[in-house]
Amino acid sequence: MNETIQFELNGENVSIKTSPMRRLIDVLRDDFSATCVKEGCGEGECGACSIFLNGKLANSCLVAVGSIKGMSVETVAHFQTTPAYRVIEQAFSDAGSVQCGFCTPGMVLAAYALLKENVDPDETDIREAISGNLCRCTGYNMIVDGVKLAAKRGNGKW
Amino acid sequence: MVRSYHPETLEEALEIRSKTRCIPYAGGTDLMVRYRRGPGLVPGFDLPVMFIGQLPEITQIHEKNGEFSIGTCVPYSDIVRHRHSPEILRQACSLIGAPAIQNLGTMGGNICNASPAGDTLPVLAVLDASLTLQSVSGEREVSLLSFFKGPGKTLLRNDELLTCIHFRLPHFSAEGYRKIGTRKANALSKIAFAGFLLKEKGLLSDVRIALGAVAPTIVRSRELENRLIGQPVSDIAELMPDLLNSYAKLIQPITDQRSDANYRKTVSLRLIENFVLKEES
Repeated sequence: MNETIQFELNGENVSIKTSPMRRLIDVLRDDFSATCVKEGCGEGECGACSIFLNGKLANSCLVAVGSIKGMSVETVAHFQTTPAYRVIEQAFSDAGSVQCGFCTPGMVLAAYALLKENVDPDETDIREAISGNLCRCTGYNMIVDGVKLAAKRGNGKW
Repeated sequence: MVRSYHPETLEEALEIRSKTRCIPYAGGTDLMVRYRRGPGLVPGFDLPVMFIGQLPEITQIHEKNGEFSIGTCVPYSDIVRHRHSPEILRQACSLIGAPAIQNLGTMGGNICNASPAGDTLPVLAVLDASLTLQSVSGEREVSLLSFFKGPGKTLLRNDELLTCIHFRLPHFSAEGYRKIGTRKANALSKIAFAGFLLKEKGLLSDVRIALGAVAPTIVRSRELENRLIGQPVSDIAELMPDLLNSYAKLIQPITDQRSDANYRKTVSLRLIENFVLKEES
């Protein structure tokens, strides 16, 4: 049964008439063309579909759109407009953290989720923070280096 | 396609629950996987769904002098961050899934899902936790251990909601939590162990041990713990072989895609032995 569901997407109020049980990832990709949200495993293990839900990292494949009435959703496409993103982007680029790029939107959001709570993370903190994000290319070390570099350059201003 | 309910208060949710058979949806991390049908397809929920994850009455943590009341829809990450959370519970919650899962998944969901491998369950068992089950006609308090009838089966009636989890932090000199999984994150437990131990004046004055994922429901036996309680610490090593034999009868694991029965049993017994003996010396 279709319902009207309102939520905030990337700073704008949006409304959609759809089944409340649809996965948020499908709504974002198919109805709002947010193709920066990737589908990997579809069961919350790979982190490719990561978004911020009310400012917290979440897997959009595990969220029924009916459960987010009135809440805010932010994708990496919107986060891209912030100074914090640019620090992470440059650090990932310099450290070689990106190869095929499929995990990158999720990795960037997971990195930011860590850095805004912990401005000076050690390696264990970083590995824990990205533990829900799978990467099949880099072997992770270069992503860890990218987050370390971002932390250093961000210098606490998250 | 099913309809959904969006109650704004607990009272409203209980009212809906009393009139309609529906699936309470807290964080969704188990339900969305269980009913998933694939990319682009609406998950195949077979009953109406009631979204309760944001109800203010059941998303709070209260702590006073070691007495905890945790709302059923409190996500794991709130428990990890709460400054008074018991360390043993914090550890269990921080090892569930990964950060993004911990932001969605809830304690009440872990309990009502009633998986034998639910990671908070052995911890709540050694905390002697009790549960508040509410319906429009009233509420009842049941112990965590009595709540489980088998894998996926609980005492919860179709008109009830689990609303709150209570426990009192015990006095202890040692606590232990171990999760054995295939990898450190995003792994379902092969075995989960939780224990408390209190040593006073050379005597073992309290021992609590619980294991998850090694039997249809959580393994905890006050009877076996009583064999150690009150014993001089120096005698414990001698009592261990008999005690472990008795635990071996309670630990009835299965072989599944995650682990095999023999491994689960062997490691469970070693976890008990290590915890009690290590903390004894």
